[in-house]
Amino acid sequence: MAAVRTFSLPHYPDYPIQVALFKDVKNATFLRSQLLEANADFDYAFIDATMILTPLHLLHPTFLSLHLALSTPPRLKSRTPHSEIIFRLHPNNNIGESYRKFGITDTTTSLIAVKLSLTPEITSESVAKHLGDVVEGTSVEIGENGEQLGEMCQVSKIRKVYKLGDGGKPKGKKGVVNGDADVDERKQMESVILGIMSVKGT
Amino acid sequence: MASIPTPGPEYTTHILPAPFTSSPLTLLAQGAEALVYRTTFLTPNTPCILKYRPPKPYRHPILDKRLTRARLLAEARVLVKCRRDGVKVPAVLGLDADQGWLVLEWVEGGNVRSTLDRWVKEGGQFEKLGESSKDGENKDVWEFMRAIGTSVGKVHDIGVCHGDLTTSNLMVKTTEGHGQAQPQKPSAPAQPYLTGDIILIDFGLATQTVQDEDRAVDLYVLERAFAATHPGAESLFQEVLRAYGESYRGGRAVLKKLEDVRLRGRKRSMLG
Ligand SMILES: Nc1ncnc2c1ncn2[C@@H]1O[C@H](COP(=O)(O)OP(=O)(O)OP(=O)(O)O)[C@@H](O)[C@H]1O
Repeated sequence: MAAVRTFSLPHYPDYPIQVALFKDVKNATFLRSQLLEANADFDYAFIDATMILTPLHLLHPTFLSLHLALSTPPRLKSRTPHSEIIFRLHPNNNIGESYRKFGITDTTTSLIAVKLSLTPEITSESVAKHLGDVVEGTSVEIGENGEQLGEMCQVSKIRKVYKLGDGGKPKGKKGVVNGDADVDERKQMESVILGIMSVKGT
Repeated sequence: MASIPTPGPEYTTHILPAPFTSSPLTLLAQGAEALVYRTTFLTPNTPCILKYRPPKPYRHPILDKRLTRARLLAEARVLVKCRRDGVKVPAVLGLDADQGWLVLEWVEGGNVRSTLDRWVKEGGQFEKLGESSKDGENKDVWEFMRAIGTSVGKVHDIGVCHGDLTTSNLMVKTTEGHGQAQPQKPSAPAQPYLTGDIILIDFGLATQTVQDEDRAVDLYVLERAFAATHPGAESLFQEVLRAYGESYRGGRAVLKKLEDVRLRGRKRSMLG
């Protein structure tokens, strides 16, 4: 069994989001091949955890994907609600590029798996069992507020994808403890990234 | 705003689009264009503002949708640009331009109007603010004015004009007693409510422009707004302009232009 955290998005209480985090993943190539073969059992958003800055950075595209999938008619731009999550993470409209940058790759070792409970048989237990069986790696518990979801990020790579330059970088203020400056930098980056994802492709 | 007809009851009981339709939301404001609610977004601990532009029944539906979409997008894009360039505005948390809604970060605090009102209520007197008071017990209120000027300068510097600068559209972010106890600053201000960050809101009429004329009109609108909400505060407002002039290269040229804009404004009102 893998550890799974269930998130409930405000305004969509009927569609819980199941999220699992792994480190030291050893079979990324296999997992990716299942996505490429469109194996229905592997209908997840498999995200490279080094590209996720904060919990909101993950929840934003998840919300949007759910929202677009539930619209009448659905407004998804990619094949499934799960691939849409990856697509929504990227600042541009290129689906292939989104996969390369945010999706699982053969070299991924830190992995976030997201599954939308769009039907009643998808529960935190079913997801925990399946992922526990197929992911070769160490399952990491996610706290109630999802703090762990940003712990594996590589800030410089994220800056680059969103072309953030120095935006939000602390300007070496004296007397500020490094930890605080770090939190501040992430908050600033997060607020810009949420905006970029919001206006993407419009 | 005075010329807007009172909205009918169908407005106040507006049905919100998905996913807000059955959520319990608090209506904060009902402007000419938008309904503004307070709610949460993405997580239950992320307070936000929902701006919904309902369809206008008197407009052709397709045209209406297109206009609503374009305006929301313009507002969102300008806000994202501001955040990117380090100007303090609410972050954009979500957008569905087709359905007419925009979700923004919640800013805790009052606005410049309410802050100055409080200062007056607590004994502040505009008439007694001579130059000599700048270093005295009133130094916080002067500093507050400078912070406003600097904020407006910063927006203009990145090539954005706000379009509707009023004392309500400048929020003052609360810093008092937030989170864990903060280390006492060596010289704690006498009026902490005057030291919050200035956050510009309501970019519904904003444009991306670097024309001095547009910038000067922005300042003129703010000057008139100040005169309307705080008559007697002219000398205090001069401090806003002074700080603006020093806040970025080009600020002084805009102040020069402001003189022309004032003259035109006066002529117009004499004709008017
Ligand atoms: N980010 C925010 N955080 C907290 N309060 C806000 C925020 N944005 C707006 N408000 C509150 O809601 C009110 C209306 O918001 P805003 O001015 O953006 O809406 P509007 O309908 O475009 O306004 P108007 O009709 O005046 O143009 C503001 O005066 C303020 O009190």
